[in-house]
Amino acid sequence: MKKINKTAFLLLAISLIVGLTSCVQDKSQKGALAGSTAEKVFVAPGEYDDYYAFLSGGFSGQLAVHGLPSGRLFKVIPVFSVDGEKAYGFNEETKPMLETSYGSIPWDDSHHPDLSQTNGEIDGRWCFINANNTPRIARISLKTFETVEIIEIPNSAGNHSSSFVTENTEYVVAGTRFSIPVPQKDMSIDEYKGNFKGALSFIKVDPDDGIMSIEFQILMPGFNYDLSHPGRGKSHGWMFFSTYNTEEANSLLEVNASQNDKDFIAAINWKKAEEYIKAGKFKTVPTKYAHNVYDESTHSATSTMEKTVRILDPAALPGLVYFMPTPKSPHGCDVDPTGEYIVGSGKLAAALTVHSFSKMIKAIEEKNFDGEAYGIPILSFDATLAGTVQQPGLGPLHTEFDGKGNAYTTFFISSEIVKWKLGTWEVLDRKPTYYSVGHLMIPGGNSRKPFGKYVLAMNKITKDRYISTGPEVCQSAQLYDISGDKMELLLDFPTIGEPHYAAGCPTELIHPYTQKIYKLEDNKHPYVTKSEHEAKVVRDGNNVHIYMTMIRSHFAPDNIEGVQTGDRVYFHVTNLEQDYDVPHGISIIGAKTSELLIMPGQTETFVWEPKNIGVWPFYCTDFCSALHQEMQGYVRVSPKGSDVPLKWSLDGEDL
Amino acid sequence: MKIMKKRAVLSIAVMTLLTTFLILSCSGEKKEEAKANTATQNASTEKKEVNPMDNKGIGPIKNVTLGEIDPGRAAKGKEIFQAKCSACHKETKKYIGPAPQGVLTRRSPEWIMNMILNPEEMVKNDDIAKKLFEEFMYVPMANQSLTEDEARSVLEYFRTL
Repeated sequence: MKKINKTAFLLLAISLIVGLTSCVQDKSQKGALAGSTAEKVFVAPGEYDDYYAFLSGGFSGQLAVHGLPSGRLFKVIPVFSVDGEKAYGFNEETKPMLETSYGSIPWDDSHHPDLSQTNGEIDGRWCFINANNTPRIARISLKTFETVEIIEIPNSAGNHSSSFVTENTEYVVAGTRFSIPVPQKDMSIDEYKGNFKGALSFIKVDPDDGIMSIEFQILMPGFNYDLSHPGRGKSHGWMFFSTYNTEEANSLLEVNASQNDKDFIAAINWKKAEEYIKAGKFKTVPTKYAHNVYDESTHSATSTMEKTVRILDPAALPGLVYFMPTPKSPHGCDVDPTGEYIVGSGKLAAALTVHSFSKMIKAIEEKNFDGEAYGIPILSFDATLAGTVQQPGLGPLHTEFDGKGNAYTTFFISSEIVKWKLGTWEVLDRKPTYYSVGHLMIPGGNSRKPFGKYVLAMNKITKDRYISTGPEVCQSAQLYDISGDKMELLLDFPTIGEPHYAAGCPTELIHPYTQKIYKLEDNKHPYVTKSEHEAKVVRDGNNVHIYMTMIRSHFAPDNIEGVQTGDRVYFHVTNLEQDYDVPHGISIIGAKTSELLIMPGQTETFVWEPKNIGVWPFYCTDFCSALHQEMQGYVRVSPKGSDVPLKWSLDGEDL
Repeated sequence: MKIMKKRAVLSIAVMTLLTTFLILSCSGEKKEEAKANTATQNASTEKKEVNPMDNKGIGPIKNVTLGEIDPGRAAKGKEIFQAKCSACHKETKKYIGPAPQGVLTRRSPEWIMNMILNPEEMVKNDDIAKKLFEEFMYVPMANQSLTEDEARSVLEYFRTL
């Protein structure tokens, strides 16, 4: 009995061990834990996500960087809005970034990020995003994850069909949602029809440094230009825009812009546009728009006001634009990875319309037109139609592709993602979203080479998905695994602002190339202090310039006297550290820029206007070392006209 | 009954041991890490009095041969020192960190360069650096991302102090 007992225990032990080890080793095979959804999104502590996801911050005006599959939020990159956390828009260096022809605009509404491409593939260099309200396009460096350029778009209003990138980043394209008088003038709104115009802007991107310039605008009829996507592969050189309100209604659009059975997808031949530009067939018109550039060597932005723009008139320039009739107020306008199919999601249509690029070219060659609109040929609907996806759902909005011949379309009203097959147009799968999905994103979705492992749904309604935060609940995204035949919901995660579109790519395209520090020797900031010996305080009338350094864990100088009430005191602070992840911060009591966050080797400036006499402390605002709490100093403020001399020191010694 | 219980306890103990062993052996990386940890522990427990000049420190620098002082290199070193190090080190007096004057009589040239190039690991694992870290109130020696050549020039400058 005893013997049997012992043997039984041993056997049990062995089987347990075998079971355990096989579990651990067979992770890749279908073991007991392989079916776990949690495991598919779990990124162990210290490990990295497989994909970057750049989500628009919607009405926050920013851009959020998440990891997939974990959904973790890494950084909110300030773009079109001030950000106290990073002093963006508050420090002297970044204030010019928010300048526009309307003055400084402290926040905006950001919608559609897109990543730069080379040969139709994501190259990990820049991310672009549009400001919808006061039309602008921003360029974000994916080396520093900072906004490095913002260009305003003149003659545009509701910059919505933006910012989509052509396959060699030749252009970032920005289209107006609202048509307006161009140039603006005081006129009756009732005279909208035939008089208002919609500008589609092609912004050239310098292939070396990324600097943007508006190459030309195409002045289109007064429709609403909703979304756009570039042609690729065979359709490279074309850009497609969805339109609605071809009725040209100027009031109660929800009824009056839904009258026509079909609106259009506008196909723009931008290679043709380049020929017309070369041939001088443009009009240079006066306008005003800001162009703001952040110089990575001076760590400072400058804002320049541009004065003219080149305009192309499609009615006078044959071959530049064609209209493809598309049912019922199309919203999304998405091009598949081969460049052959252009999907128009008629918001109010029962079927999805897919146009064929080759059929479009044929129809153009054969002049298979069905009339014209304001001098622009309308192609016959049947001539460009590749197929329709029948009864896919209610309220189609956007489509992305997995690179394996499948398309994924969001349906706002029926709150689902529907997977269907390109070419056969059959519906393969559908999965609900929680709730009312808007855009969706497959990493590499707007390119020749999507990475079809996940799709990210960005929802318009969150309701009961999370613990409540009162009437205003969090914004939300959902991640689906699309590697199998059927989609599988893996994860809900909250996002900032309202996430409209997103862009994503594999981690290895960006992560290894990111910048770690700013090299001190490359720092060309006009007020840089490269060593403590160079630290000083200079008075220039009422302006006092403090050239200050910081290193673990002291400021130099840290005692300053001779400042007077009524002075404008500029703290130009250089972080002397040259090691990764050792930022310092600074703040002084009463300063309106309440905090700077300065990366190693970087210089930043804030202005302090002391109102009262006294001795006022400043301190490091970013926990930097064990003696962070010791990182502090004092400024003595004397009455205006006082004879206290300007003096600065560290540890009782002049610097 | 009592024996039975004892035996059961024993078997369970064996089982637990075996399981633990197997789990450990499953995660190969962890084992390596554990091994590395014991290695450093052993190193630090062997507290023999060693001549500090024999300690080459931990880092990329294994061997430095000092010849005649090269004034050009020393001048370059001075420049680098001013730019990257002087916020915490004054040539002749104790400041945030120790003074470099006479450091070549206290430390090997390899140790000095490894301290410049690999301070994070040095203050964690090198006995002298660990003591200094304590003495200087745990203000970490900043890694100023010097190249080996730049560190060599700084060393040359130290020789002139």
